[in-house]
Amino acid sequence: MKRKKLSPKDVIFNIFNYAFFGFFTLICVLPFYYLFINTISDNDLVAKGLIVWLPKGIHFDNYLEILKINGFGSAVIVTLARTVIGTICSTVGTSFLGYALTRKELWLRKVWYRFVVITMYFNAGIIPWFITMKNLHLTNNFLAYILPGIVSPFSLMLFKTYCESIPDSMEESAELDGAGYLIRYTRIIVPLSKPILATLVIFSAVGNWNSFMDTVFLMTDSRLFTLQYVLYQYLNEASSLADMLMSMASEGLLVDVSKLLTPTSIKMTVSMVVVIPILCVYPFFQKYFVGGIMIGAVKG
Amino acid sequence: MTIQTKKKPFYKTSGFRLFLLIMPLLVLVFLFSYLPLYGWIYALFDYRPGVPLFKNKFMGFDNFKRIVQDTYYLSDVIRVLKNTLGMNLIGMLTSPLPMLFAIFLSEIKCMPFKKLSQTLTTIPNFISWVLVYAVAYAMFSVNDGFVNKVLINMGIIDQGINFLASPDHIWMKMWLWGQWKGLGWSAIVYIAAISGIDQEQYEAAEVDGANRFQKMRYVTIPGLLPTFFVLLILSIGNMISNGIDQYFVFQNAMNKEHIEVLDLYVYNQGMVGINYSYSTAVSILKSIVSVTLLFVSNQMSRLVRDESVF
Repeated sequence: MKRKKLSPKDVIFNIFNYAFFGFFTLICVLPFYYLFINTISDNDLVAKGLIVWLPKGIHFDNYLEILKINGFGSAVIVTLARTVIGTICSTVGTSFLGYALTRKELWLRKVWYRFVVITMYFNAGIIPWFITMKNLHLTNNFLAYILPGIVSPFSLMLFKTYCESIPDSMEESAELDGAGYLIRYTRIIVPLSKPILATLVIFSAVGNWNSFMDTVFLMTDSRLFTLQYVLYQYLNEASSLADMLMSMASEGLLVDVSKLLTPTSIKMTVSMVVVIPILCVYPFFQKYFVGGIMIGAVKG
Repeated sequence: MTIQTKKKPFYKTSGFRLFLLIMPLLVLVFLFSYLPLYGWIYALFDYRPGVPLFKNKFMGFDNFKRIVQDTYYLSDVIRVLKNTLGMNLIGMLTSPLPMLFAIFLSEIKCMPFKKLSQTLTTIPNFISWVLVYAVAYAMFSVNDGFVNKVLINMGIIDQGINFLASPDHIWMKMWLWGQWKGLGWSAIVYIAAISGIDQEQYEAAEVDGANRFQKMRYVTIPGLLPTFFVLLILSIGNMISNGIDQYFVFQNAMNKEHIEVLDLYVYNQGMVGINYSYSTAVSILKSIVSVTLLFVSNQMSRLVRDESVF
């Protein structure tokens, strides 16, 4: 391709265009950078407000110290558990249901498909939902993080659409060999639909990791709090954080002033702990996210 | 095959066996999406937590009437509706932004920069609203906020400004956070649509002597408008729902009056104020209006692109 000469108008446009995208990209990244340098700098410098552009007195003790805070360790475990278990259950449940709904012989197939998909468009409201969860004994119960997410109508639509593109002949031979549905699902459908399964896994994992309101609604037992909820508490209850730190300091757990946790350093460190997995995972799985949203957009 | 299956009794057909396999999953859908509808009955009572439902006073439709008849509740509902519609309207008026974002991004010819910009601007979409609040806190809090520090260092202000607690321009602030989180991501649909536009159209335009702005105006934008209108119509269905997460995390005593949207109001009335029956009545009305709007928007979408959403 030959390169054309740019007109002055083009040059001005390019300058503004690059400047705009440069700026917008920067404000999408800068907060994370700022949080990060504040968590690894000397905490007394942070408290004085001296860390703006570059870290000073680099140390990683904050990430170890926060483990000593009551409730933080359990929040990490609960969050990891719900992310791993929830993602597995949701991917298996949703994809199997999606597969079943592509089988023409399924009894009342269309009815069940509508029965599931229509739930995307209405909900009963917070209070009736809360009362139902309570009646099902799912308040203060870890299962409340897992069970409601097992069937996700949106992911189901994604998977079903993909599944329909798999030629019938693939399954027919297995059917003639007498393989049942579960065997056909695990041996034929799953290996053939790896890309869309990856999308389902990613969506579900991010959703579980980020989920927050279910803890607000359903959990009062602090052993079941998730990281997101703990972070929310820390952000809002600065005074209780300070009290906690006082008691930790009096127990002699913290000595070095520059390493001493402050409410600010706790907030920032916990924020980083919550965001790091997303930042690490996202660039590698971007194509799956984008693939997912494209299929979703085509479907409406 | 068909002859064989007809001989078998119904409950032994493969279709029914498959149904049995998925039944547990369907039960879950029923439990978590349909069973709560039964809870609408709470709107007809003066429900007190702890007392069995039918021992509570039966109110009939009093909880619904209260919304319009009791001036205290009415003024609350009007304020909340104003917030809900106001913020959604801002969102609708600025809905061409993702399209423009995509168009201008596609004008960037330096591929590494384009890729980097696209990746980094979509990241905020994948963090939770709690974390957005944490970011807001880190950037704008009075003592540790980045913005306040920079402004003080530059000598523009000598005391930190409390951006987060002040009720000023709260709708715009909420909109800005929404854009920060979602703009890059919403643009992806359009970026894909741009790559789907026939290259011959651009070549034809070039032969006709069109410059890049004319190509944008006469080729790219018309190519994207169908997508834009469909998304706009769909957003009508969400006119009175803006979700709860964002407003829940950003609300505080100072800004509550202007930030409380319908979903948050239902939560605050019901779960915080333990006013279960009234809040259920409000959410029932909200559901009915939402579903109606959804049908309207679906019909409109059917007219526009001969295809319904469901």
